[in-house]
Parts: sequence; structure tokens; C-alpha cells
Amino acid sequence: MARTGFKPLSVVKHASRGGFAAPDLALAVMQEIVVSKQSSEKKMTAAPGEIDIDTATRLELYRLQVLLREAEQRAYDLFLQNLVKGTSHLSLGQEAIAAGCAAAMKPGDLSFCTYRGHAHTLARGVAVEKVLGELMGRDNGLMRGKGGSMHLTSVEHGVMGSYAIIGAHLPIACGAAWRAQYKGQSDISVCFFGDGTTNIGAFHEALNLAVIWKLPVVFVCENNLYMEYTPISEVTAVHHPAADRASAYGLPKIIIDGNDADVVYTTMSEVFDQARRGDGPSLVECLTYRYSGHSRADPAKYRPEGELELWKQRDPVKMYKERLTGLGFEAPRLAEIDAEVRRVVDAATDACKAAPTTSTDILFTDVYADGGWAWRN
Amino acid sequence: MAELTYRDAVARGIAQEMSRDEDVVFLGEDVAKAGGVFKATVGLLEKFGPRRVRDTPISEQAILGAAMGAAMTGLKPIAEIMFADFLAVCYDYVANEFPKSRYMTNGQVKCPLVVRLGNGGGARFGAQHSQCVENWCMQFPGLKVVAPSSPIDVIGLLAAAVRDPNPVIFLEHKSLYASKGEVPDGEIVDTLGSAKILRVGTDCSVIALAMMVPRALAAAERLQSEYGISCEVLDVRSLVPLDARAILGSVAKTHRVFTVEENPRVLGWGAEIVSIIADEAFYDLDGPPVRITTPHIPLPAADVLEDLAIPSVARIVETIRRSMAS
Repeated sequence: MARTGFKPLSVVKHASRGGFAAPDLALAVMQEIVVSKQSSEKKMTAAPGEIDIDTATRLELYRLQVLLREAEQRAYDLFLQNLVKGTSHLSLGQEAIAAGCAAAMKPGDLSFCTYRGHAHTLARGVAVEKVLGELMGRDNGLMRGKGGSMHLTSVEHGVMGSYAIIGAHLPIACGAAWRAQYKGQSDISVCFFGDGTTNIGAFHEALNLAVIWKLPVVFVCENNLYMEYTPISEVTAVHHPAADRASAYGLPKIIIDGNDADVVYTTMSEVFDQARRGDGPSLVECLTYRYSGHSRADPAKYRPEGELELWKQRDPVKMYKERLTGLGFEAPRLAEIDAEVRRVVDAATDACKAAPTTSTDILFTDVYADGGWAWRN
Repeated sequence: MAELTYRDAVARGIAQEMSRDEDVVFLGEDVAKAGGVFKATVGLLEKFGPRRVRDTPISEQAILGAAMGAAMTGLKPIAEIMFADFLAVCYDYVANEFPKSRYMTNGQVKCPLVVRLGNGGGARFGAQHSQCVENWCMQFPGLKVVAPSSPIDVIGLLAAAVRDPNPVIFLEHKSLYASKGEVPDGEIVDTLGSAKILRVGTDCSVIALAMMVPRALAAAERLQSEYGISCEVLDVRSLVPLDARAILGSVAKTHRVFTVEENPRVLGWGAEIVSIIADEAFYDLDGPPVRITTPHIPLPAADVLEDLAIPSVARIVETIRRSMAS
């Protein structure tokens, strides 16, 4: 594949079937990233200036990652205060993927997210207040509390839903892409999902359909190494749960460092363009790691000691800040972004705490298109 | 006016809507080049081309998911699931996605689509290709569920389903595809949520759906001629929305009610209707409501067994006669 400015990670040879104990896997994935950087003809990341991204985009990638980090951390703090009920699935540690994808998308492009969708929703420009309000069941919430954490949706921002049934939204993204193709519209559909999704049937049905219909859809797998509580390697026939399946659908194998926002941004820019040109779908596996458990209820005790700390050495926000500093961005400029994000998140938090709980009038609205719920006369 | 089969009415109904609205597209397994395994969609590919009439892989989740994504973003897809039984392999969309998307998103997401299913028994296909799945669908708030019994209703209700802004499950009965009926020329559009009184009577109300409608009508004829029992036969047509007013009105007149259901007994649509009658028309009744259903068993393949299981004209006649005599 001809690619500009980066090269997908080359794959370190492994035994073909699972078998990694979790700490080995974490190390292996790390090694894979490092080895690839050293051996690639075009180094995929890191060296300042090597990837040609303009200053405004770099600052936006930084701002988005800081925003996602702060907002998710705030969501977690609000759980601890018992102001967020129910469940929630955080993207702490995975911010570079949401930021890089959103920065590469155009207005009008469509996002299809999972229950781990706060970051992808925020990255498309949805207000923090709307998201936190939804988590808190307040009247100012994105869906006024009717959906909750796992179903964040903002059609006006192109966020076409967060889907809580694994795999369901891959065919749905195909359908949205089919509409664009049918109507000759230029938007693309971008579908985010985790490594666990690659073992459900809908993943395979969607990939096949997308390829045979040459749909303008991009499938983005966030491989954070754990399905829910179980390491993905223990339950998957191949080493790379998404990318190793790509060839079955005639697609190139694309694996990238999902903790490097520049790599995500440039990769996505290219595959999005490909889809927009009418040259068909792509499947991209982004290697990353989630800092928290699967959901609010999960303390992630299944993780071997040291693994989290190992990954935090490659923290996407920290790495990006270091890169920008290395590129000559001045510290006060970055600090200003940090402060502004903090102000936004604080203001959103205050607004949500002050907002009334959602109106009980809406219990019976919008079941059917007439706005009501009548199923009989 | 022309005589048309139920099968040909399907193709005519789809063609009517595709001609009217460029946003209507049609997808399913073997529906285009092959014209459908039941030959209900013959000629649509030739008329509308492969851009609008699309053969899919055997991927029921992809079919319903793609239909939903297209519907959410501006198309009005008609998706075919070949045998209604296959709904079980893509049930997520029926149970979790179509019906809940509008509510969960506080009205942001719209899902105007139609899923056509080859429903029901009588064709000796055995337990996995013969089921009536109405009650698999009607339990989800947000869905509409329609089941026509005649060619004219196929066209009219299909048109209404396509024009409806909600997701609609459209149950075609496989054993009715060859049945015939008079259909007027020109555009036909019906309304969802209206039952039809097909035979006026005074002694009891017989409430039926799909293939049970012609059997209820035949039974009513015999009950009148052989036993002097006057049955009012209602075709429910639409389970959601349900025309409860028509049902309660008939019961208020006849004071007795029978449902005739092809589904296995437990949680069949008739149970909901009887429940409504018990709640709202208890004092109209002169006797207990009676449900005539397939027993709670999987459907067998052999003709002698299947015919015993599904309510027959003879069983309907006998059940009503005995109940009315007691």
C-alpha cells in the first residue's frame, strides 16, 4: 500500500494461535510498536516534523485529547459522588483514537460508536455539558436522560448513535454508507468498536457487505487488549483480532499505534479519502490500552501487575504534549489549552449539578413517530 | 379490476411504492435476479434495476442493519427476511435497535423501514421454516406489526407500511401466496391500525389473522348453514397498532368472542386481545372468551401432523359450536 508519511506497523511473528499470557501480550504489543518504529523504512511516528500535519491540526489534536481525558476523568469523579447512576464505560488511555479520527472527519461525516462512546461523541463537538448531563439523568442531557451513558447520540453533529449490543452498529454503518453511495452524497461513515467485536457474526457480515457493495465506510477497531474481563488473545484465533481478519475480505492489513494521535490522524485521513473517492471500505486496527476496567463495575483486577504502568509510559496525552514541546510549541500555549479545557469541564459540571432532573413528562414521548406511545386505539 | 394472487400483489405493492418514491429501495436474499424464493418479487429487478433492487449475501444481520442505517439517514428500505423463522438470527435489530432508537435518542433518530417476512405454516416445511412469529415482534414498543390476509390488503397495507415513519414488520403468509382476490386498478393505499369486518354476524365474534382469516370465514359459513350460528368475522390485519375499538365494538354486539391463531398457544396475540376484552368489556360477555390456537408444540413436517396442529375449518366449527351450546 502506498501511504504518505507513515507506514503501518509491521507484524512481529508469533505463533498463529493465541496463547499469550496477558503480561506477555502487553509486552509483545509494545515490542511490536517499538520494533516497527525502528525497522520501518519510513518511521511511523515520533520524530518531530516527520509527519506533515499543520499547526492548527496539531493543536486541535492536543486540545481534543486533553478534553477527552478531563471529561472522562470528570465522569468518573461524578460516579464516585454518586451523581452518575447506572453503568459507564470510559475511554481513559484511548483518547488518541477518538481525537485523531474526529480531526480527520469532515462535517457531515457520520460516527457510529459503542457503549464506550463518550470520547467519540465529545470529539465530534458535542458539548461536555450535554454528555455529563445525560450521564447524570438531567434535563440538559443530550437525550434528556432517555438514553444514558451507553447511547449517546447527536444527529446534528453526525454522531448517529452509541450502540450497546456488540456488533450491531457495523451493519448499520454499512446502511448509512449505502445511502450516501445511493444518493451520490460525499459523506462517509466511520464505525468504532473494540477488539471483542471481532468475534461476533455481525462484524463479519458487515465487512463482507461493505466490500461487495464497495461502501464508503471505515471500520476502526480499538484493540485495548481486553474484550471485557478476558484478554482478547485468549479467545481469538489470530493475534490481531481485526487486522488478521482483513484478508478474508480482500482488505489490506492495517495496524497502527492507537496511542499516537498523529498516526491515527494521518492513517484515517488516507482511508477516509479512499472511502470518499468511492474506492471502498477499510478496516484499521488501533493498538491501545484502557486505563479503567471494562465498566464502572469492573476494578480490572485481572490485569497483571505492572501492565497498566507499562502502558502509562506511552500515555497518549503525555506523549503528544512531549511531541508538541519537541516541535517547538511553547509551554504557555499548551498550558492555556489545558486551562481552557478545565474551565469548560468545570463549567459543564456546575451546569449539570444545577440542572433539574429530567422532566417526567417525557416518559411516554417518542416511542412512535407521532411523538407518542399509543399501540392501540 | 383484476384477479391477482397474493404473491403478485407483493410485487405490485413494492413496485407501486418504488415508482412513487425514489428513496424506496429493496434488499434481501435471492430477491432480485431470482425474484424471491416464493416468486413474490419477480420483475422488480427488471423494472427498477440493480441499484434499487439488491441481492444480498445470506447475512440477515447485515440485511436488517443496512436497512436501518439507510433508513436513519434518508432512505425508505424494504428488507426481506426469507422465512420468518430467520428473524431469530437477526433479532437484535427487531428487539433492540429498530424499536428503541427513536425513544433512546429523545426523537433524534428515525427508522422508517419495512421488514417483509415469509410467515406461517401449512407448507410442510417443518418446525424451523413454518412458524408464525407475530408475538416475537409485537412485544417491542416502537414497532408496528402487520399481517394481511388478501391480495388487496397486501398492496394497501404494504403501501401504508412503506409510507409510515416507523419500523414496520410486514408478515406475509407463505400458504396464502397462491390465493387470489379481486384488486382494483390504480394506486391502493390502506391505513395501519384498522381491523376489517369481513362478515357481519350477531351471535359471536371470530377474530382472526392472516391464513386463519379464510378459515374463519369458511367456518362461519358452515356454522350458519349447519347450526344456525351467526358469526361476525374480524380480520385484525394490524396487531400494532391494534384496532381495539373495532374488536370491543363487535363483542359489545355479539357478547361472545373467539380468537383464531396460528401461533403456538402461549403468549399468542389472542391472549392480549382477550386480556383487553376482560379488562374493558367483561360485562358485555355472555360466556368465556375462547382461544383457538395451534397447541404449544413445534410444528411437525408431515402433512397429517401439521394439519392436526394448525387450526382447521373443522376445528374452528367444532370449537365454536360446542362453546356456543354450553
